[in-house]
Amino acid sequence: MGMTMTQKILAAHAGLDEVKAGQLIRADLDMVLGNDITTPVAIREFEKAGFDGVFDREKISLVMDHFTPNKDIKSAEQCAQCRTFARRFDVEHFYDVGRMGIEHALLPEQGIVKAGDCIIGADSHTCTYGALGAFSTGVGSTDMAVGMATGQAWFKVPEALKLNLTGKLGENVTGKDVILHIIGMIGVDGALYKSMEFTGEGVASLTMEDRLCIANMAIEAGGKNGIFPVDGITEEYMKGRVDGEWTVFAADEDAEYAAEYTVDLSALKPTVSFPHLPENTKTIDEVGDVPIQQVVIGSCTNGRIEDMAMAAKILQGRQVHRDVRAIIIPATQEVYKECIHSGYMDIFIDAGCVVSTPTCGPCLGGHMGILAEGERCVATTNRNFVGRMGHVKSEVYLASPAVAAASAVVGRIAGPDEL
Amino acid sequence: MKAKGSVFKYGDNVDTDVIIPARYLNIADRAELATHCMEDIDTKFVKEVHKGDIMVGGENFGCGSSREHAPMVIKESGIDCVIARTFARIFYRNAINIGLPILECPEACEKIDRGDEVSVDFDTGVITNETTGETFQAQPFPEFIQEIMAAGGLVNSLTK
Repeated sequence: MGMTMTQKILAAHAGLDEVKAGQLIRADLDMVLGNDITTPVAIREFEKAGFDGVFDREKISLVMDHFTPNKDIKSAEQCAQCRTFARRFDVEHFYDVGRMGIEHALLPEQGIVKAGDCIIGADSHTCTYGALGAFSTGVGSTDMAVGMATGQAWFKVPEALKLNLTGKLGENVTGKDVILHIIGMIGVDGALYKSMEFTGEGVASLTMEDRLCIANMAIEAGGKNGIFPVDGITEEYMKGRVDGEWTVFAADEDAEYAAEYTVDLSALKPTVSFPHLPENTKTIDEVGDVPIQQVVIGSCTNGRIEDMAMAAKILQGRQVHRDVRAIIIPATQEVYKECIHSGYMDIFIDAGCVVSTPTCGPCLGGHMGILAEGERCVATTNRNFVGRMGHVKSEVYLASPAVAAASAVVGRIAGPDEL
Repeated sequence: MKAKGSVFKYGDNVDTDVIIPARYLNIADRAELATHCMEDIDTKFVKEVHKGDIMVGGENFGCGSSREHAPMVIKESGIDCVIARTFARIFYRNAINIGLPILECPEACEKIDRGDEVSVDFDTGVITNETTGETFQAQPFPEFIQEIMAAGGLVNSLTK
């Protein structure tokens, strides 16, 4: 019996020739990640367990991105705790304010995750790195603590869903629309405990940003991970970023899948997830009249340079609607600089947007754009749960940067074709 | 290991943002965190919950964030067991790792109501609704997982 791409990576990291779905294995880790919310809990467990060292100072990443620059004294204390830990163990990839970005945009950009890796992170969107052809999954703080100390984690080898992509995306249709469409199709538990293996001739037409966005939201379908094959686009992205070698794994021809779906990219329209679950999707022609008060363009899902370029293209020469606050958050310092150099920053500010330093901020209702009772926001983020961005009676509508930017101008949910 | 208590019942897709909203994740003290458990969907929960009570959910319980704070506040608030049709995978793993007993049992979730008295035997996987007399069979966890949960979590089981 053949193996899926995920199963092959897990087998290689467990020192086994073959693994089967359902098998419990212990795998070696290439990277263990935490942020300013999950790392303090991991440090507490690390100390409680009596660990006195980390397995490899170069294979741990601590990124201060959620409540930073610190929004209050309590979050400042949490970052201080992470800083002390990072210094104590000389953690190589400690990203503090000034160097940090949103973790899942930052790690691929900096080349510290790569094809063939086995990665855990105490953040559910760690599944993002599957876009590079890595096995990468979110865990809790206890798993992170044990991972930092031992360099290993146990896994149940997942079954797989095969998502066969055909055709090519139309203008102003993006990776975000692909993943929202898929979540709408299979539901928020449609991939529960499973890997989502993206394949087919349509993959070649997707940019790295599209793939990172799609893999990022595998968790919103309940998936353990999302993964893309490694092709010329992946290798081109990794060249000049990744030091040293990477390993390319490919699914066997006779790999077994629990279910297979075909998605024709050319048939997709801009898609919006209505409150309060990502599976509540409507295409842009079905949204009706939904006035909005805020737009957020950023996050680990859509805060990369291509997302900024898309927003800038739509906002150029236009004005944000008087009833809307438009908040733009480039995901990393590199993206921020590129926005300045490319002139996007001028476009955003001239249009009446505010542009923030990198932070997860409003995505999880932390800071930098909290909603009042009854307010609605179109966001390029990944979750629209009850109370996610603020008041329990506020609403979040998930969409691409194209739809979010167009909505900012029109003052209600709208696609770029309306402009 | 056994549990017995009064039931708090919720629907499908109870997510980590309603279990413990992210706006409180700057709080390090567990007892203080637990005062906000479930507040966005059930403001009565923290006022009415007693030590030993049981939480019942539907499909995909605990979906969303990887925050270990979610099972932690449920446990800290006094809940001794969560029964659901299915659990989201990170929550499932975290619950075991921090020592919050969980069981998957669709039939029990369908037939148990809020306020029912329910007892759970983790060795056999038998769930009894003491209010109606009905019993349900869940798949019990293997011994090593039960030992982790009984010790109060993975780290406690390692350092015991």
